[in-house]
Amino acid sequence: MRTAHQLTVENDGIADTATLARGILRADVIREICLHLEPYQAGEKPITGETVIAKDLTIDSLAIMDMVMELEDRFDVSIPMSVIAEIHTVDQLADTIQDLRASRG
Amino acid sequence: MGLFDRHAGLLEAYRDVRTTGLDPFQIRMERVLSPTEAIINGKPTLLVGTNNYFGLTFDPSCMEAAIEAIRAEGTGTTGSRIANGSYTEHVALEQEIAQFYGKKHCMVFTTGYQANLGVISTLADQGDFLLIDADSHASIYDACKMTRAEVVRFKHNDPSSLEARLRRLGDKPGNRVVVLEGIYSMLGDSAPLKEFIDVCKKYGAYVLVDEAHSLGALGDNGRGLCEAVGVLDDCHFIVGTFSKTLGAIGGYCVSDDPDFDILRVTVRSYMFTASLPPSIVASVRQALRVVKAKPELRKQLWDNVSTLYDGLKEQGFTLGPEHGPVVGVHLPDRMTAIGFWRAMLEAGIYVNVAVPPATPNGVSLLRCSLCAVHTSEQLEHMVEVMTGIGRQMGVLPPPKLRAVSGR
Repeated sequence: MRTAHQLTVENDGIADTATLARGILRADVIREICLHLEPYQAGEKPITGETVIAKDLTIDSLAIMDMVMELEDRFDVSIPMSVIAEIHTVDQLADTIQDLRASRG
Repeated sequence: MGLFDRHAGLLEAYRDVRTTGLDPFQIRMERVLSPTEAIINGKPTLLVGTNNYFGLTFDPSCMEAAIEAIRAEGTGTTGSRIANGSYTEHVALEQEIAQFYGKKHCMVFTTGYQANLGVISTLADQGDFLLIDADSHASIYDACKMTRAEVVRFKHNDPSSLEARLRRLGDKPGNRVVVLEGIYSMLGDSAPLKEFIDVCKKYGAYVLVDEAHSLGALGDNGRGLCEAVGVLDDCHFIVGTFSKTLGAIGGYCVSDDPDFDILRVTVRSYMFTASLPPSIVASVRQALRVVKAKPELRKQLWDNVSTLYDGLKEQGFTLGPEHGPVVGVHLPDRMTAIGFWRAMLEAGIYVNVAVPPATPNGVSLLRCSLCAVHTSEQLEHMVEVMTGIGRQMGVLPPPKLRAVSGR
């Protein structure tokens, strides 16, 4: 069974080449997200990129917003609340953070 | 999917709460006897959860003013200010509140919720940025759902967290509107307003402060936290409510902005709801006079805060971070909080129970709000009752047996 940590390790290779140009590894973002989500893991089901944050985990909406606030400061971006509302999976959250970092100019 | 299926989780949690026969969210006050006592479940009960900070709901002068107004102008206005017009008293109330703050303009709303909802969602619109404290009241969050502005939360009471978010906006065009509260309603803690104002000045942001729980309680004249820390002139908009210290219902917003009155034809929660009835306007005007004339009520309130806060602290309870008219008592989890609440009600003391998701950081609380006219005996009794329940429920350690000294 894959755990969140193993997943990010497996992904490292792909992420490295894809996002190096943007200055931050996608794998780093995923790892950080998984770290924040770990306490809410439901049973043995591993947290992956496809994990639907509000549905597959035991985290409530307020805790999601608080986690996003931590991630904002970690990666120095601000994610508007309307954008957070559209994010469902770990992958989407990572993409959003990377896109915001890229668009900072 | 059925209409209520999406609430399945909540329904289940709510069922748990109600199994014991008392529903904390549907308490019936069979008869309210005074600002501090009511009959609940057939029993006289001490009220320590009604935001009645100055105890003015039964102030004879406020009651008389309301009765007089009903006789003179009837029970209601039956329409909004823009449709049915303003009564002379609506305008007088607005002038009196503006004067109270030393601001040029005031708009009165039918509830405090509507004041926040309408003003905040209208001030920040498309292309603007709304920055709100993470622990903001529901009315502020609901305003965020209505605005087309970009909304970003910052960490509760953390000016550096706000600064990081203002900094990240860089030189993007658009107004920045920062929303703060004087006293936060769950834990009774105050905003570090001076520091927040410094950050807002640095980044050219507008500041709106909600003084719902601090009106009357803070400042030499009871104007709230803005007065207490000396930043009245730096707060572009101050919002407040008539439903707590002033003992009625309604909301207001004051400002010095010369174009403020345009809000009367843009704020929908002002335009499309009936205006306050004459009796409410009259009792609020009188209550404001009482607040000005009786500063001793403020002292009584804070004395009572000390009695309860220090008393509970001494017994080992975990409380909100500072003295405030709201005292939040932390309990380990939702079920303990509800059990504790029920035991208190059975012992004849009513407080609020606050559980996730209505609370910050998922905490479970007993939310107590003090009244200037609580007696110290009532509050000392309450500390004793809570200590007993706390020990019975294992929330507090058992009492230390005092060693009998031979001396």
